Amino acid sequence: MQIGIPREIFENERRVAATPPSVHKLIGLGYDVVVEAGAGEAANYSDDAYEKVGAAIATDTSSLWQEVDFILKVRAPMENPALGKHEVDLMKEGAFLVSYIWPAQNPELLEKLAARKITSFAIDSLPRISRAQKMDALSAMANIAGYRAVIEAANNFGRFFTGQVTAAGKVPPAKIMVIGAGVAGLAAIGAANSMGAIVRAFDTRLEVKEQVESMGAEFLELDFGDEEGSGSGGYAKQMSDEFIKAEMALFAEQAKEVDIIITTALIPGKPAPKLITADMVKTMKPGSVIVDLASERGGNCELTEPGKVAHQHGVTLIGYTDLPSRMAKVASDLYATNLVHLLTELTPEKDGQPQVNMDDDVIRGLTVVREHDITWPPPQPEAPVSPAPPPGTEEPSAADMAAAKKDADRRSLIGKGALLIVTVLALYGVGAHAPESFLQHFTVFVLACFIGWQVIWNVTPSLHTPLMSVTNAISGIIVIGAILHLAQAANIAVGIMAFIAVLIASINVGGGFRVTHRMLKMFRK
Amino acid sequence: MSTGLVSVAYVVASICFILSLGGLSHQESARRGNLYGVAGIIIAVGATLASVGDGGIIAIVIAVLIGAGIGIPIANKVEMTQMPQLVALLHSFVGLAAVLVGFSGYIEPLIATTGAEHTIKLVEVFVGIFIGAVTFTGSLVACGKLDGRIDSKALTLPGRHLMNLVAVIVCVLLGAWFLGTDSMALGLISLVLMTAIASVLGVHLIMAIGGADMPVVVSMLNSYSGWAAASIGFMLGNDLLIVTGALVGSSGAILSYIMCKAMNRSFISVILGGFGQTTSSASAADPDQTVHESSVDEVCEELRNAESVIIVPGYGMAVAQAQNGVSDMTRILRDRGVNVRFGIHPVAGRLPGHMNVLLAEAHVPYDIVLEMDEINADFPDTDMVLVIGANDTVNPAAAEDPGSPIAGMPVLEVWKARQVVVLKRGMATGYSGVENPLFFKDNTLMLFGDAKDSIDKLVGGLRT
Repeated sequence: MQIGIPREIFENERRVAATPPSVHKLIGLGYDVVVEAGAGEAANYSDDAYEKVGAAIATDTSSLWQEVDFILKVRAPMENPALGKHEVDLMKEGAFLVSYIWPAQNPELLEKLAARKITSFAIDSLPRISRAQKMDALSAMANIAGYRAVIEAANNFGRFFTGQVTAAGKVPPAKIMVIGAGVAGLAAIGAANSMGAIVRAFDTRLEVKEQVESMGAEFLELDFGDEEGSGSGGYAKQMSDEFIKAEMALFAEQAKEVDIIITTALIPGKPAPKLITADMVKTMKPGSVIVDLASERGGNCELTEPGKVAHQHGVTLIGYTDLPSRMAKVASDLYATNLVHLLTELTPEKDGQPQVNMDDDVIRGLTVVREHDITWPPPQPEAPVSPAPPPGTEEPSAADMAAAKKDADRRSLIGKGALLIVTVLALYGVGAHAPESFLQHFTVFVLACFIGWQVIWNVTPSLHTPLMSVTNAISGIIVIGAILHLAQAANIAVGIMAFIAVLIASINVGGGFRVTHRMLKMFRK
Repeated sequence: MSTGLVSVAYVVASICFILSLGGLSHQESARRGNLYGVAGIIIAVGATLASVGDGGIIAIVIAVLIGAGIGIPIANKVEMTQMPQLVALLHSFVGLAAVLVGFSGYIEPLIATTGAEHTIKLVEVFVGIFIGAVTFTGSLVACGKLDGRIDSKALTLPGRHLMNLVAVIVCVLLGAWFLGTDSMALGLISLVLMTAIASVLGVHLIMAIGGADMPVVVSMLNSYSGWAAASIGFMLGNDLLIVTGALVGSSGAILSYIMCKAMNRSFISVILGGFGQTTSSASAADPDQTVHESSVDEVCEELRNAESVIIVPGYGMAVAQAQNGVSDMTRILRDRGVNVRFGIHPVAGRLPGHMNVLLAEAHVPYDIVLEMDEINADFPDTDMVLVIGANDTVNPAAAEDPGSPIAGMPVLEVWKARQVVVLKRGMATGYSGVENPLFFKDNTLMLFGDAKDSIDKLVGGLRT
């Protein structure tokens, strides 16, 4: 099957859906790849680089669209002004498509795709489960956007981020507030923090506090009951009115203090919440910067203009909607890798033939059009309940556990009691019947056991091997017994046995000490 | 030499041995401890030779010289990875010596005894030979298993517990017969029979215990060899042997106890052997899980960016002989200011403290090699953990899944680190046969291949 990589025609879109390394992998999956001439130019990938890894280059846009069976793309298909035709209409009937589609916002596009029987995978509709992370283009792009937001802010901010004390005077560090600690927010926190700014972050989801702190920011907390802002799939949900009021008060207070505000607050399927009002912007210090990452969906700040840099009340408001595209190379690399992972899932046989397995949660979620049916929205995934324990390993109830523990305690008590009685009886037996000479040795033996017990517990675990070899060597002391026998041997058999015993015990002594010495010599600081 | 002087010499030797073991409590004093041990044995042998006069002195000197002449070169040559085999082999020698001295003591008693004393002495002979024989053959089998000459899988014959029990009962009956008879010939016959049965018992006991339980087995045999020496000491009425035997015996017993505790298993269950056969199907792998396979370049990159690294070695590192590469890598990373440490599980390897010796051989400083309890709390603040050839000792199921066969076993909590890289040959389960969920965690990367190859490539990658 042929995969086509068209050139993006959306204004200022510099990304491309495949890079030379990803093309190489796609070919490995059994596909033929055709790249439109100049598709990777804006992301610094030349046509030569694609050709080198085995892709064909198509110079004619419409023939590329018509010939291939599978289109990989970044932006959703749109009207091509140069050709005067919609990209969907250019496609072969029954072909496949992967791109951003935003099915909720673009119902007409879905119908158009279905009319042409184009099986479409919306990379933005990926289910948020761990197995799908490697295909999560939204997170990959959000990461880039967060980083770039800080760079854009720095570019429009007239001061250092880090505080400095110089001969020419003291410079205070920049104070940054990040609203929304999703992937983009965390990336922004990390970038700002590493540039030396003082970073604070706010999120309605209390569970991200730890993540925020791990990136080096202070987590701003509302003193507000127990309301939790986590919705399904790890996204935020809409909060109650009182909560929003408290939140706005916090922002108003912070706005007076901070130099830069980066907002990343989005609620799935809803316009972006308005968090920074015009009044707050007025109270900000002149020269401050606001970067609104939600501007494409209406903006978190009342004054931002989508796609533009605006200046109001002495504050620079950045509303770029194409932040990932402004870092086209890395954005293309990550997006292309996401798509390769997706294609790998779609092509389990590596034979260049995609199989749409609708039983697979990930593929089901991605597929928004299948031939002539619109399959969006997917059936609701089950709520993330904790998996039921497998049969037979059910958690025993507290009462059962307590009973079992009591039982075990009683048994161990009985065992200990029995041991004590046996010991006492044995000692009594020894004391009552054993001859004097034995008792002397017995005393020595018991005392030696206790000394051994005390001494050995002090041995450091890292020296356990030398301990074994040295005890081995000294247990060669049995050589004494053998020597005594050999010295007095009358019987030749005893002589031979004693001789062998002396010999092997000596091996033990010599070898044991020598090897211990070797080992101990190696231990050094 | 008078008996009084000999006794004093023996007391001095005993003290030397105690100091020798005491010296092992710190690396700094350990070498001096070893010298105390050597001094003790020289004093003891010297005093004994002086006391026996010139009877058989030539034969004794020849035997000692040959023995030392064999032992010391072996000890000079042995690879540190072969240490478990050597230790097991040396145990078997003590066992064999105990058997031989026991027979000699029966045939030609050094001290004539009568009445109750005589009976007690016969019991001592019998017990000494029994323990000696079990130690001898058991250690030989352990040595063979550790050396790979014998399949290290647990051999589980049907009714093996019953067989062992029968063997012990037969030995006890033979013992009763042995005590009852006055004839030297009949006594010898029962002794030989018992020795044969005990030897088979030793073989069978150790055959039933599998590879990773070897630390317990070796320390248990260490303990046995001590008890064998002690019972021979009782037979000869020699306090030095009794003291030394008791020291060695309790040392081995404590080591066995520590090892068992580290596996959360009772001593009895280890000795009865056969672990892993009945419980392997307990947690079937979730088919929805995937492993993240990684490449040498990627791991190099991660290592370059890490500020703190913990390396967790296991038996796989010893098998692949990767310790020198690991040491090189440690040096490179430390030169770059990375905080590199090692986390050692008590039962890593096939001998208590095995990993420490291997790392010491490769010149890894011992103060960065830490025990499980010392390092477990540090994993959450660690950037990267390299697991080299370890499996069960880093299995999160032990801590998280109460249904797992290894539940409750203390493990190194590597999964709490930011990133874990597991170097492994394939996806096989560890000794316990339990699936390891660590490999499927999101922060785990798998680097498949021979540990030595992978480490050498990582070292090469870090150098450039």
